[in-house]
Amino acid sequence: MKLIISISGNKLESSFDPRFGRAAAFCLVDSETGEWTTHENPALSASGGAGVQAAQFVAKLGAQAVVSGAYGPNAFDTLSPAGIEMYLAPTGENLTAADVLALFKAGKLQKTEAATHAGHYGGHH
Amino acid sequence: MRIVVASGKGGTGKTTVATSLALAAAEREAVRVLDCDVEAPNAALFLHPDLNQRKEVGILLPVMDEALCTHCGKCAEVCEFHAIAVIGKKTLVFPELCHGCGSCTLVCPEKAITERLDVMGVLESGMTASGVNFARGLMNVGEPMAVPIIRELKKWNPASLRAAVGRVAECIETKRRSNPLIDEETASGESAPRNGIEIRDAPPGASCPVVETMRGADFLLLVTEPTPFGLHDLKQVASIARELGILVGVVINRDGIGDDAVEKYCAENGLPILMKIPMERRFAEAIASGKTLVDAAPEYRPAFRALLEDITVRFAA
Amino acid sequence: MKQLVILSGKGGTGKTSVTAAFAHLAAQNGLAGKVILADADVDAANLELVLQPRLLEQQDFKGGKVAVIDQDTCASCGDCQAVCRFDAINYVDGLYMIDPIACDGCAACVYQCPSESISMREQIAGKFYFSESRYGPLYHANLFPGQENSGKLVTLVKQRARLQALDENRELVIVDGPPGIGCPVISAVSGADLALIVAEPTVAGVHDMRRALQTVQHFGMRAMVCINKADIYPAGAEEIESFCRASGIETVGRIPFDVTVTAAMVAGEAVTAFQPDAPSSVAIAAVWERVLQSLLLKE
Repeated sequence: MKLIISISGNKLESSFDPRFGRAAAFCLVDSETGEWTTHENPALSASGGAGVQAAQFVAKLGAQAVVSGAYGPNAFDTLSPAGIEMYLAPTGENLTAADVLALFKAGKLQKTEAATHAGHYGGHH
Repeated sequence: MRIVVASGKGGTGKTTVATSLALAAAEREAVRVLDCDVEAPNAALFLHPDLNQRKEVGILLPVMDEALCTHCGKCAEVCEFHAIAVIGKKTLVFPELCHGCGSCTLVCPEKAITERLDVMGVLESGMTASGVNFARGLMNVGEPMAVPIIRELKKWNPASLRAAVGRVAECIETKRRSNPLIDEETASGESAPRNGIEIRDAPPGASCPVVETMRGADFLLLVTEPTPFGLHDLKQVASIARELGILVGVVINRDGIGDDAVEKYCAENGLPILMKIPMERRFAEAIASGKTLVDAAPEYRPAFRALLEDITVRFAA
Repeated sequence: MKQLVILSGKGGTGKTSVTAAFAHLAAQNGLAGKVILADADVDAANLELVLQPRLLEQQDFKGGKVAVIDQDTCASCGDCQAVCRFDAINYVDGLYMIDPIACDGCAACVYQCPSESISMREQIAGKFYFSESRYGPLYHANLFPGQENSGKLVTLVKQRARLQALDENRELVIVDGPPGIGCPVISAVSGADLALIVAEPTVAGVHDMRRALQTVQHFGMRAMVCINKADIYPAGAEEIESFCRASGIETVGRIPFDVTVTAAMVAGEAVTAFQPDAPSSVAIAAVWERVLQSLLLKE
């Protein structure tokens, strides 16, 4: 399965970034073969609508599932119709993307069926 | 002439000055008051207009015709606010991110986008007993953007009110003769009568809603109080006026509280102080109960007429 | 960690004076070293005038983008002006010019320009600050006059305050909110545990307090009301109290009109520190106790 993990660096050993829309980067990893690439998040500098932009970006990368720490309503509403599953990884435990991948493979990550927080209301004037 | 009454800091007496100035001016001239503080509009509480005209306003949101849409993604690409996402065979619109700019509608190669009005608030208008032509905007609770409502308010001029103010009607008539294609609403847009007075009560702060209120105005009347907060926020708004090239005059309200830093600043920066209103508990009490200053203290009527005269002379100079 | 936001609806009711007093009172008791302060009124940021903090860090705040026309390649066709819904493009002396203050940053003109002469340029819209005040760390900002995106700057100020509070296990973030009910207010209340509305017993104050309350309730937040300058118009104070009773909102005290509040502001002090036995100080201390109790007891 093609998995996106939100990260703060540019490799599989980079630490997990619990934000989705404002994550520094994304690690795209094939959970069967272990092949991975990293991609800077184009939404990082967006003045608003970061969740929508990041969600479209990972959909274009061909992700089937995403692991992050939280999903806002716009990110959720974009990922969901794209058929991308959303998983939550624990925050504040200094995990790396590799750790998150291991947790995912072991079936230890919880799936979310709703946005985890309200919007940030930062997009407008 | 269009006069904006603003302050930066809230609660310094903008509405007090705007309403009293309007009442004093209405003795001799056609006066129109616009309450542009659409988040917290209070001028009507003092002027008691008969609000019999109403119009819903907002921005235009895109509506996708899924039958025509080819999901090419052009609309999402041009949207600076990421209010549109194209995911597979779906085009999603996020209304709370949309600014209503219409760029998506223009670029859609299939003409699959139409627009609908997203109501953000209402405009209300009517005459007061003393003959002031009053209009205000009222933003709906939970809406984030005040600017589109202010923009519409400035352009609005319902027909029945125009008839009531002869000079306004005359002005529009002239405009229409020069361009028969112009409709009534746009003809009156931003066209306060050259002979009449338009007074705009601004919102507090110094960001875009204040700027929108000030755009197209001829004179900025800054109401402040002689305190560090009053001064700090006065500087912010004065700098916008400089940028927009609008003449400025200052009214110091609650004179006597605080310190003299505001006066010093005004002197150093060439901002004329046109009026001072002392801190008197009876004023505060009267205004709290919904009275205008000129009604609570009639001795201020001539002072406000003189203020208007002063502004007119400065504007003409 | 709890987040308290102080609002008013109408401006000038005394939000910042109350916030500064709360910061002082919090530093006096069990919460010393446990509080973070945030000034969310970024277009009239006044809390620092009272707290006079030592600036530790500042950074530019990038707001939206604005369109810029390259006059060398512009063919003066006027298409940009026709599509602009923000009246931001003016025709002056034979040239189309963009008014950066009016420009909304939508880029509609960029895509319609046949000669590709328009591009978007990022703007520095303000400054973000982190300071140390005598009552604890303070996050604040200054939105440059006339700029937009104040909601985003408010969000930034609050996020940074919240992160430090979580990192250092602090118990309370006190947020001085903006007036009104729009975007910056929505940003200021989002994520708060309690909103204290400082109301003024004037016809205008009562009107605006109701709108602020509706906004807070619209976003599902718990609210309390205190009445400042309560004796200016006792009928107004009673109206506020009976309105709150009817809507199930707790009122947590009346603060009398007191010139000491202005004197403290001029002196750059919290009124409760400036003159602890002044009538306003005593009343604010009582309000603080009730707010604190409600905030820390209720899970």
